[in-house]
Amino acid sequence: MRVDRRWGDAAVTVLARGALFLVFGLALVLGLTLLLRACPMLGSLERSTLLGSAWAPAQGSFGLRTFLAGSLAVTVLALGLSVPLCLLSALYLSEHASRRLRERVQPVLDVAAGVPSVVFGLFGVMFVVPGVAALGRLLGVPTTGYSLLAGGLVLALMAAPFTLSVALDVLLAVPMGLRETALAMGATRWETAWHVVLREARGGLLVAVVMGFARAFGETLAVMMVVGNVAVLPTSLFGPAYPLSALLANTYGEMMSIPRMEGALMSAALLLFLATGAVSCAATLVLRRMRRLG
Amino acid sequence: MSRTRRCRMDRLARWAMGGALGILGIAFAGLLLSVVMRGLPHLRPSMLLADGQGGGIAHALVGSLCLGAGASVLALLLALPAAVALQRAYAPPRIAEAAALVLDLLWGTPSIVYGAFAFLLMVWMGVRTSLLAGILTLALVMVPVMTRAMTEAFRSLPPELWEQATALGATRGEITLKVALRQALPGLVTAFLLAFGRGIGDAASILFTAGYTDRLPGSLMDPVASLPLEVFYQLATPDPTVQSRAHAAALLLLILVLGVTLISRALARRASRHRL
Repeated sequence: MRVDRRWGDAAVTVLARGALFLVFGLALVLGLTLLLRACPMLGSLERSTLLGSAWAPAQGSFGLRTFLAGSLAVTVLALGLSVPLCLLSALYLSEHASRRLRERVQPVLDVAAGVPSVVFGLFGVMFVVPGVAALGRLLGVPTTGYSLLAGGLVLALMAAPFTLSVALDVLLAVPMGLRETALAMGATRWETAWHVVLREARGGLLVAVVMGFARAFGETLAVMMVVGNVAVLPTSLFGPAYPLSALLANTYGEMMSIPRMEGALMSAALLLFLATGAVSCAATLVLRRMRRLG
Repeated sequence: MSRTRRCRMDRLARWAMGGALGILGIAFAGLLLSVVMRGLPHLRPSMLLADGQGGGIAHALVGSLCLGAGASVLALLLALPAAVALQRAYAPPRIAEAAALVLDLLWGTPSIVYGAFAFLLMVWMGVRTSLLAGILTLALVMVPVMTRAMTEAFRSLPPELWEQATALGATRGEITLKVALRQALPGLVTAFLLAFGRGIGDAASILFTAGYTDRLPGSLMDPVASLPLEVFYQLATPDPTVQSRAHAAALLLLILVLGVTLISRALARRASRHRL
């Protein structure tokens, strides 16, 4: 009986540790495989071509700069649109809204964060793209609507529930006493929010923004459906862009038929992996540091 | 600054904050409403019962359910023991922190990267696009989501539970299986459903691996359709009757995902009411 129990205990430990080990292994294998496959393109000879702006697989030039610029442009635009809205909304919910409203909004945020990306893409194709085209006509800019701006808008909408719910959690964690002190000193609600609550919460809010960045940077389908996918450096809001993720999704089929294409595409995947990975790890570390200090 | 100016600033800020929330709310209401309005007229029984060759979306619905169910069960096999190993009694703080970092890394990795990774492996092993490959890839996407949520579920248990069970002479394995698992069950179910919902809406990872077809999935080795890819492919066609399949598929996908989210929330709330 005693021996049985000890064996059962050991079995649970071994199984659990084994699974955890597999999860660690998965991360390692994922990173290493991408690195190894990207290696032929990462060699010293190719460095200039890989970061160049010419994309002509048939001629053997695989410049990823246009795509990196496309990814960055669309992500920064999306964050620029959604972060101010999310911060203001989160402040409203934490500083002004009644408890009842707050309790109603939280499940809505959960639901909104779960909406699949392809649904955002559908909405983008049906409404955002025609809207951008109409705006272009109004301003006299020739555009098809499939543009950087459309991609940014769709992505902003997609990142919003996520950013908003993290930001709201952070703001609600600010101690009530700080607010009461500021209000008792005669500060208005806005002054309290701006000088006290935001200052106290800035680290956590930074994490919310950064995690939104990681999500938006790797988003594929929703962006790909509206952003135009023309391999040019994005110069205008109404012009097309071509993010890294869309490049991967569009050209994987040709990967095996064109020499060295695989290396180029895997470099793109590695770039996505490293960028999002670095950002989310940094966010975790900042958050952990804050928790330790606070 | 004068008093009136400060008050005016306060009012202005309040308007701006409320306005921001309003804009977001209207945008989302518009999104949901437009998907429902466009999809509802097409979501007839004939659409739901016929496969792609009959002009319906049954193949995509069945495909998505197979992919989602297979992948989430597979992910559960890895995520649940991994979360058990991350409980305080098993993992020293240093290991737990390192694991949290790795999980964040995997959680933040875009699903297209998982798709590309799995595609490489498939080429290497000479496997075609198939239901099995799709399930495996989707499981990769789900594992970090599920493990993180399950770790949280275990962590939210009161530490006294462990102390008391240990004092009664139970081993770690017994506490895990007979106490912690049972007490954390609602959280674990929520985690499972969360990962299922995330997986069923994910398209980028199965784009290369599950493929696409007009038929119902026949075997594990056949390519399989899915609701998100149905939306993606059918929307690109100029034919309005084919496009209607995209709208119906989008609404169906939305109903599935929102349904799963709401069920998991309701379960979590119900369970938190009577808990030790």
